[in-house]
Amino acid sequence: MNDAMIMTTPQAVLTIAVVVAATLLTRFLPYIAFPEGRKIPKYVLYLGKVLAPAVFGLLVVYCLRKTDFFAAPHGLPEIISVLAVILLYRLRHDMALPLIGGTACYMILIRVM
Amino acid sequence: MKKTQNNTSGAALKTAFLHTIPILTGFLFLGITYGVLMTTSGFPWWLPVVTAVAIFTGSMEFLMVSILLSAFNPLSAFVTALMVGARHIFYGITMLPKYRGMGWKKYYLIYSCCDETFSINYSTELPEGIDRGWFYFWVSFLDQVYWVGGVALGGIFGSFITLDTRGLDFVMTAMFIVIFLQQWEKDRSHIAEYIGIGGSVLCLLIFGPDRFIVPAMLVILLALTVGRRKLEPAYPAASANAQDNGGSAATETASAAGDAQPADADSLPEREPGYTAVAAENTRQSNADSPAELNPGRQEKETNCRKEDEKYE
Repeated sequence: MNDAMIMTTPQAVLTIAVVVAATLLTRFLPYIAFPEGRKIPKYVLYLGKVLAPAVFGLLVVYCLRKTDFFAAPHGLPEIISVLAVILLYRLRHDMALPLIGGTACYMILIRVM
Repeated sequence: MKKTQNNTSGAALKTAFLHTIPILTGFLFLGITYGVLMTTSGFPWWLPVVTAVAIFTGSMEFLMVSILLSAFNPLSAFVTALMVGARHIFYGITMLPKYRGMGWKKYYLIYSCCDETFSINYSTELPEGIDRGWFYFWVSFLDQVYWVGGVALGGIFGSFITLDTRGLDFVMTAMFIVIFLQQWEKDRSHIAEYIGIGGSVLCLLIFGPDRFIVPAMLVILLALTVGRRKLEPAYPAASANAQDNGGSAATETASAAGDAQPADADSLPEREPGYTAVAAENTRQSNADSPAELNPGRQEKETNCRKEDEKYE
């Protein structure tokens, strides 16, 4: 499949299959645990309500995880662009403006800073 | 769901497309990047496409490049995939009541649930008359098409693309920020939001950018569990029912949004044995922290409060 590969093609196929299986497992697990018809425990329903706001926070941090505050430009493009997104969202409550404005802001800043 | 399927599905497709335009931008860009990375690492163009369809988690696919170039170690690959994919468990728990009763669509919805699809399907307040099941389906399907399409473009034409697109992936970050802000405005209390940001930043500082997700998930889970007594009454309106019916009138409840929802899923939490005593004590201490179910008047107030919020949106 690839000259740079150490493993054989069957090994590569098996590796991919194993990764697919693990990923499917993470996706199906909650639905296997609580199949249609079985009552969802109160605790799980509670988690279903409060996890989302927490997870959106996690996703924002995840997106920005590679930001380097110690090397120049010290995360300034990220900080400014995040603020721009928040500001533009406050200005007009829709999706398009903060996304276009924030991304444009970021793309310009990483080139000039 | 008894309406003519074509109309139902078509209207949902249009709505789904409008809601996924930011993802179209981000996925095309990131997908092309992945396709190029795979082919420049010496793999045939179809390999990234196959893995894109089968794995469909961007972060894991990027890791696949180095895994396939190192020594054969399926166990390590399995554990890595479990760790990287662990956040799907959270998405599953959150979508559990929403994806119930979706019939054949359910299997595809579960298989195709990625960060972006989850965020849109969870947070979108559907306009009246749009079928929830079809909307979920089209969002999931379109997102996957964008991703696989981008990967194929990158795999086939990667070497010809010379446009400087650095930083275009910020569109994803911006989308998650906006979804976070929308959630923030919906919730009266923001404890869960603080837990999410705080726990993630803390674990990022301790474990570094490549290993913080699973510890962060555990910290979040622990904090949400420990804080349940305070949080549960603070997030009553976030129930699947209130979310899906959006700001529209109660008349819609009987339509598509309502019938797929089993009664037990959106009923308010009842008192549990052992919980009552603590809750009652809590009420005595501070009325502001009293769980909603102990105080029906307060419940009504919260509902009104939420309606106000929705008008504002």
